[in-house]
Amino acid sequence: MNKTLTWKVVVIVAILLLFVFGIFGIPRDWSGKGLVAAVADRIHLGLDLRGGTHLILQVQVNDAVNVDSDNAVARLKEDLRKHKINYADIAKPDPVNHPETIVVKGVPPEQTSDFKNLVSERLPDYDASSGAENSFTVSMKPATTSELKNRAVQQAIETIRNRIDQLGVNEPVIQEHGLGQYQILVQLPGVDDPARVKEIMQSTAMLELKQSLGGPYSSEQQALQDHGGVLPPDAVLMPGKSIGATRDNESGESWYLITRAAAVTGRDLRTAEPTRDENGQPAVRFILTGDGGRKFYAFTSAHVGDFLAVVLDNKVQEVAVIKEGIHDTGIINGRFTEQQTQGLAMVLRSGALPASIKYLEERTVGPSLGADSIRSGVRAALAGMLAVLIFMLIYYRWAGVNADVALILNLIILLGFMGYFGAVLTLPGIAGVILTVGMGVDSNVLIFERIREELRNGKTPPSAVEQGFSHAWVTIVDTHVTTIVSAAILFIFGTGPVKGFATTLVFGLAANLFTAVFVSRVIFDWVLTRKQRGEALSI
Amino acid sequence: MEFFRNTNIDFLGKKWYFLAFSLIFSVAGIMSMLFWHHIPLGVDFRGGTLVYVKYSHTPDPGAIHADIERAGLKNARVQRYGQAANNEVLIALDIQETSEQDLSKGKDQIKEALQGPAASAHADKQDLNNTSSLALANYLLEKNPLHLDADANPRYTALAQAIVDYRDKVKSGVLGSIDGLKGVADPAVLASLNDGFFVSDFGIRNVEIVGPQVGQQLRKQAMLATLYSLAGMLVYLGFRFEWIYGVAAVLTVFHDTLITVGAFSLLNWEISLTVIAAILTLIGYSNNDTIVVFDRIRENVKLLRREKLSDIVNKSINQTLSRTILTAGLTFLTVLALFLFGGEVLHGFSLALVIGILIGTYSSIAIAAPILVAYQDWRGQRGQRAIAMPLRAGAGSGQPKEKVKA
Repeated sequence: MNKTLTWKVVVIVAILLLFVFGIFGIPRDWSGKGLVAAVADRIHLGLDLRGGTHLILQVQVNDAVNVDSDNAVARLKEDLRKHKINYADIAKPDPVNHPETIVVKGVPPEQTSDFKNLVSERLPDYDASSGAENSFTVSMKPATTSELKNRAVQQAIETIRNRIDQLGVNEPVIQEHGLGQYQILVQLPGVDDPARVKEIMQSTAMLELKQSLGGPYSSEQQALQDHGGVLPPDAVLMPGKSIGATRDNESGESWYLITRAAAVTGRDLRTAEPTRDENGQPAVRFILTGDGGRKFYAFTSAHVGDFLAVVLDNKVQEVAVIKEGIHDTGIINGRFTEQQTQGLAMVLRSGALPASIKYLEERTVGPSLGADSIRSGVRAALAGMLAVLIFMLIYYRWAGVNADVALILNLIILLGFMGYFGAVLTLPGIAGVILTVGMGVDSNVLIFERIREELRNGKTPPSAVEQGFSHAWVTIVDTHVTTIVSAAILFIFGTGPVKGFATTLVFGLAANLFTAVFVSRVIFDWVLTRKQRGEALSI
Repeated sequence: MEFFRNTNIDFLGKKWYFLAFSLIFSVAGIMSMLFWHHIPLGVDFRGGTLVYVKYSHTPDPGAIHADIERAGLKNARVQRYGQAANNEVLIALDIQETSEQDLSKGKDQIKEALQGPAASAHADKQDLNNTSSLALANYLLEKNPLHLDADANPRYTALAQAIVDYRDKVKSGVLGSIDGLKGVADPAVLASLNDGFFVSDFGIRNVEIVGPQVGQQLRKQAMLATLYSLAGMLVYLGFRFEWIYGVAAVLTVFHDTLITVGAFSLLNWEISLTVIAAILTLIGYSNNDTIVVFDRIRENVKLLRREKLSDIVNKSINQTLSRTILTAGLTFLTVLALFLFGGEVLHGFSLALVIGILIGTYSSIAIAAPILVAYQDWRGQRGQRAIAMPLRAGAGSGQPKEKVKA
């Protein structure tokens, strides 16, 4: 063996070791089971093979914009009053489709410049443009709008991640999905109960502690009647949790008159945990932050004897008499099940979503189906691989051994790549592996056929090998590049299963360039150095 | 061993037969796409709800359909699925029953409808075959059949997981009876489970729900992915060869895609995301084949400057025929393995590839090469160079010794 050849063999062995390490890492235990565990540690299975839940959700980003423009309306009203600028009406004409637009009507002509100055000074994120009949359109700057929307998505991702983390799911995927469509992809391996996950993700859980001015009433009308038809301006009617039909209250409805301002809100919360109330019923205990605690103490000590309402998502959970000043802890109860208190505590801890969400796609793969898929995928891969290996041996004899070595090496490199990059193996990914075997063998066939042709044309074995490889190389590059181009496009545009397929295909083709051309050539060269001059090549 | 040696078939002489063959299939496909089955889109692209259900006995699709209809779900499709011995059924609801407001409503309704008679016989009990490990753990925690104290939560969570695992992994998703759990749980636990649970005769194995918005989005993405990969090919081949080679390759691949999608339409097989992946693979594969022939043509054009292009093309096809057939055969073998052993999920995928490989191999000989020759003849009629194709300097092989890093 000459020196360059030795070096090439060293390179091949080094690469082989590198990728074997990529597949297995350093197993803790060298038994069969230990090796399988080591592989599972490095090459992750996709949801379709493991079982789990896959959700795509749409963040209703207009909610976030509406919150901002609602605030702007309130600020504007106040400032206009302060600066004595008259107006007939301020409203958002289309909060659903154009949450960024506020229309102010009836500003006197002599005050228009004051109005414009006021907007540019007090609402720097908005532009005012005058319209017909003394009206103005005040709309949010596009940059601000898109920043608000993007921030809403990022916040939603964070919040959802916090909530999912508390569920204790392994390797959850929570990321933005698609391009600029404000969608989030959530993948939860091993989670078999999407309904519960959705409940936890979706509940906005806005907690407010407010003063209750009256109630319960059996209906809105009755509440109005009790107050002579007019509600106090700083209070609203809120529904209570339905408590079931009782003798005096046939409908089971209950309504309370609640102040608009909150003593403390969910933002003042330090933590929340499931517990049981004095009657042994499931309940949630919350602890306020230092600041929140002080606010709450000030409120409760000023309102001893009044009623305190625990309001969750604009529903009154509970109303209790304030007996004394409370510092920083309280209990929410209200006919919860144990599971609900766990969920509620979790949601309270992780904070509210900045915007509501809508589900676009839901896929659940049961673990039984995943296990079946692995079994059939692996069986198909082995069967296809064996068929190809055996055929190559029969058709090309010793050169077939060469091709088979290249193929097996190709597979090792492919799996090693996946181990290094933490790529996810899906069922279509296994299909990609099988296709790689089929297409990988094409390079060998191209080369071998060319060598045979050259031999037929009377070339000596060394020169036939030389010519065969050099002619085939050009073709192999062209075919690989075009296939990698289409696989890459698949990877960029594809989702889920398609992406897994593209990943293995790209890795497999890249590996194939090395094995089918370089490795196979080295083996040929090695065989040739051992042959006598003029001895025939087994191909 | 060698199958083909020195073949000398006049492929170009048969171009009218090829053209007729391709036209018949393309037109049949297009007619079906326009007037008959259209393009049968799977739930990925159309939106809708798919529920895969496994039964403990041989299911009766007619009775299941009646149950679902009674629950008020219209246009449900119920069909047997997979191997008969697996007792599996697929229930599909179309998009009308899959509202974006409440995505999983259809699924829940199906579950209730299927439980129907059993659930009313077991009022107040839950269905152990369709419960989650979380719900089960909660139940055990509440009943505390083992009278545990401090470590109740982790112990029951683990027990619930073990029971669900046994159901899903050992019994493939359906338990025959609660007492069948003897090996997994204590008698006290079984007694408690018998109080709170019943077993229905089915388990839901897999659910896919796609809202209309996503379906539309995916449809667009699939179209774009296909178009972009065709465009990528055109650019690369234009750069490596002459532009007409790129055009011929893209037309060929378009022909293959058309016939494959046409076949899906004619046979009324649904096109899902994985089928799109298969079609893109087929684009790569067919293109592969075309390039091998083109490469040979390019090489021969340089060697045989005096021969007619049609002779060169014929010769090139014959020279690469052995490789073409071998590779097609071997890839076909692997795809066949996928089709036979890959399970139901990959069925559409492997079917698309089975068709695709046949068509892709055929088309590089029967479509791509004749386009090159036809273009050349047309140029010849206009009095331009009619012999070999002009080639961009340096783009070809020719000087092999520089190219191989041996």
